[in-house]
Amino acid sequence: MAGIPHDHYEPKSKSEKWLHSRLPIVGLLYDTIMIPTPKNLNWMWIWGIVLTFCLALQIVTGIVLAMHYTPHVDLAFASVEHIMRDVNGGHMLRYLHANGASLFFIAVYAHIFRGLYYGSYKAPREITWIIGMLIYLLMMGTAFMGYVLPWGQMSFWGATVITGLFGAVPFVGESIQTLLLGGPAVDNATLNRFFSLHYLFPFLIAGLVAVHIWAFHSTGNNNPTGVEVRRGSKAEAAKDTVPFWPYFVIKDLLALAVILAVFFAIVGFMPNYLGHPDNYIEANPLATPAHIVPEWYFLPFYAILRAFTSEVWVVQFASFITGGIIDAKFFGVLAMFGAIIVMALAPWLDTSSVRSARYRPQLKWWFALLVIDFFVLMWLGAMPAEEPYASFSLIASAYWFGYFLVILPLLGVLEKPLPQPATIEDDFNAHYGKPAE
Amino acid sequence: MLKHIITSAVTALALTASGAMAAGGGDQHIEDYAFSFEGPFGTYDQNQLQRGLKIFTEVCSACHGLKFVPFRTLGDEGGLGYSEDQVRAYAAQFDVYDPELEDTRPAKPADHFPKNTGAGAPDLSLMAKARAGFHGPLGSGINQLVKGMGGAEYIASLLTGYTGNEKEEAGVTLYENTAFPGGWISMAPPLAGEDVDFDDGHSNELHHEAQDVAAFLMWAAEPKMMARQHAGFIGVLFLVILSSLLYLTNKRIWAPIKKSAKSA
Repeated sequence: MAGIPHDHYEPKSKSEKWLHSRLPIVGLLYDTIMIPTPKNLNWMWIWGIVLTFCLALQIVTGIVLAMHYTPHVDLAFASVEHIMRDVNGGHMLRYLHANGASLFFIAVYAHIFRGLYYGSYKAPREITWIIGMLIYLLMMGTAFMGYVLPWGQMSFWGATVITGLFGAVPFVGESIQTLLLGGPAVDNATLNRFFSLHYLFPFLIAGLVAVHIWAFHSTGNNNPTGVEVRRGSKAEAAKDTVPFWPYFVIKDLLALAVILAVFFAIVGFMPNYLGHPDNYIEANPLATPAHIVPEWYFLPFYAILRAFTSEVWVVQFASFITGGIIDAKFFGVLAMFGAIIVMALAPWLDTSSVRSARYRPQLKWWFALLVIDFFVLMWLGAMPAEEPYASFSLIASAYWFGYFLVILPLLGVLEKPLPQPATIEDDFNAHYGKPAE
Repeated sequence: MLKHIITSAVTALALTASGAMAAGGGDQHIEDYAFSFEGPFGTYDQNQLQRGLKIFTEVCSACHGLKFVPFRTLGDEGGLGYSEDQVRAYAAQFDVYDPELEDTRPAKPADHFPKNTGAGAPDLSLMAKARAGFHGPLGSGINQLVKGMGGAEYIASLLTGYTGNEKEEAGVTLYENTAFPGGWISMAPPLAGEDVDFDDGHSNELHHEAQDVAAFLMWAAEPKMMARQHAGFIGVLFLVILSSLLYLTNKRIWAPIKKSAKSA
């Protein structure tokens, strides 16, 4: 499957040949697991396995939880307590599932920023990147709907606020919102369709993950140098790569085990740390919580959503030239989704011929600022919508867009890249080779 | 390599920390009581839970329900640990509505504590998890690892936080309370000290009673805490062992590859 030349599966016994001529499934698995992988991959290349594990964990725990959960406004909250108190191991399943969502997002953000730093999104890996962004969007949809299911106060009011965003779309907004909610407000119909879709989306994600893996198995992995594997011959490729099994499987499993040790400590010792106490109060449409805050993984984009108020001149300008069609609320929604779209467009916005930021002395600093910006936005998303947070949010949002829309296109032209190693083998040897004696 | 793993772990913690900042603070005063169930190795104090149940039964249950808690769980290990007969006798003092009889009957261990919405008082089943007393340091909430969420501290602080001042607002009497958000609560001081007598002669001063009932409500909200901590500990232990073995395996597997690296 991979474009990198390597040994393919050869059926040996009679039964292997019989199967292979009818369904070459063993060959497919062999080629997938033995894919030549750049041998200089560092520890930021482990998040894919963590993400795959998270998806499996969420599906397995989720399917069992669904056996005991009741999607009805009068019964949902009690059925979650039933899981916590009566179902054998139910409290562990639920805490694993709830915290598993957080681990999933920690891993996906690390994975995305890895891709941004090492230029993994660049040609010929644009499809891998775009599929990845679709997976990320589906993850956000799944997580959002999953948080509604326990039917606590934050579930209910979070659903009210977020579905309200769609109501901001001009002309068709109200129809979209009604379609999402199944009625004029968050109610039983909403809970039922969210449960249905929360069950469906993970399988769509699994399908896209297969395509994601297929895509990068076709192009081969990127690596910290951004230099391509030599493909002239098998012997040449073998100098730059090692087979995925056992070298990277064991390495990835080591990383996964360490991460899971931390994960289990959180699930075992502080499982409600990432949740909101208000979600242990049953949903009450008549009592609005003091602060409605989304889950931590939405906070950066929530901050961008709130940053563009009607006092911002860009918003006023947009409103003026569109004759009021784009108001502040809709502008905020556009900005929030736009923040993800500009990230998805990175392959075409980045004009540099050099992939890895390791050899881009200026991009390195802009990238570090982007990571800081992300955490600042996350912090701002949790703060009340008042000064000075509103101004900070605007500056931080502006940098997010500036990085993708201004810095990436300009830096490719202005920056003088450092010399790159000729081959991956050179990079590996420079790191591990002993000095000549 | 370890450096990278540590970096990843720090990244993960930093990510989670900013999430916990979401929890709101305020000018409430939450006393940091030392409860036996705090920290990764904390355990419920069975005697304290039993005292707390007695206070709940004789005082709180007049207005508050505990609708998610089944009576049978009073016999659970890692909780109050009553015998089957004790649980049956305890349950029988409550009347529950039975739709089959179309009438009330004495509760059985399989029934839940009754709902109680008469006085408009909130159900207390999950109260100890629905309030966070701790948000530090710097709003990260990380101190929950050693102190717990602080829900029990909130409850104990509320019960001891009355200043004695009262005011009338729209025909409702409000009582000043240093732990309640906003400072004025509509619940009259439920405990004054010496409200219940314990068989073993344990102190029934106000702050002891408040802590006992708060501990009981923590158990009511999180009855499987000890089982969970045990599972977490076993999980971490096995994963640390697995990590060590994988570390050695990984080192061994890569050794020939790294050895063959020549100086460029």
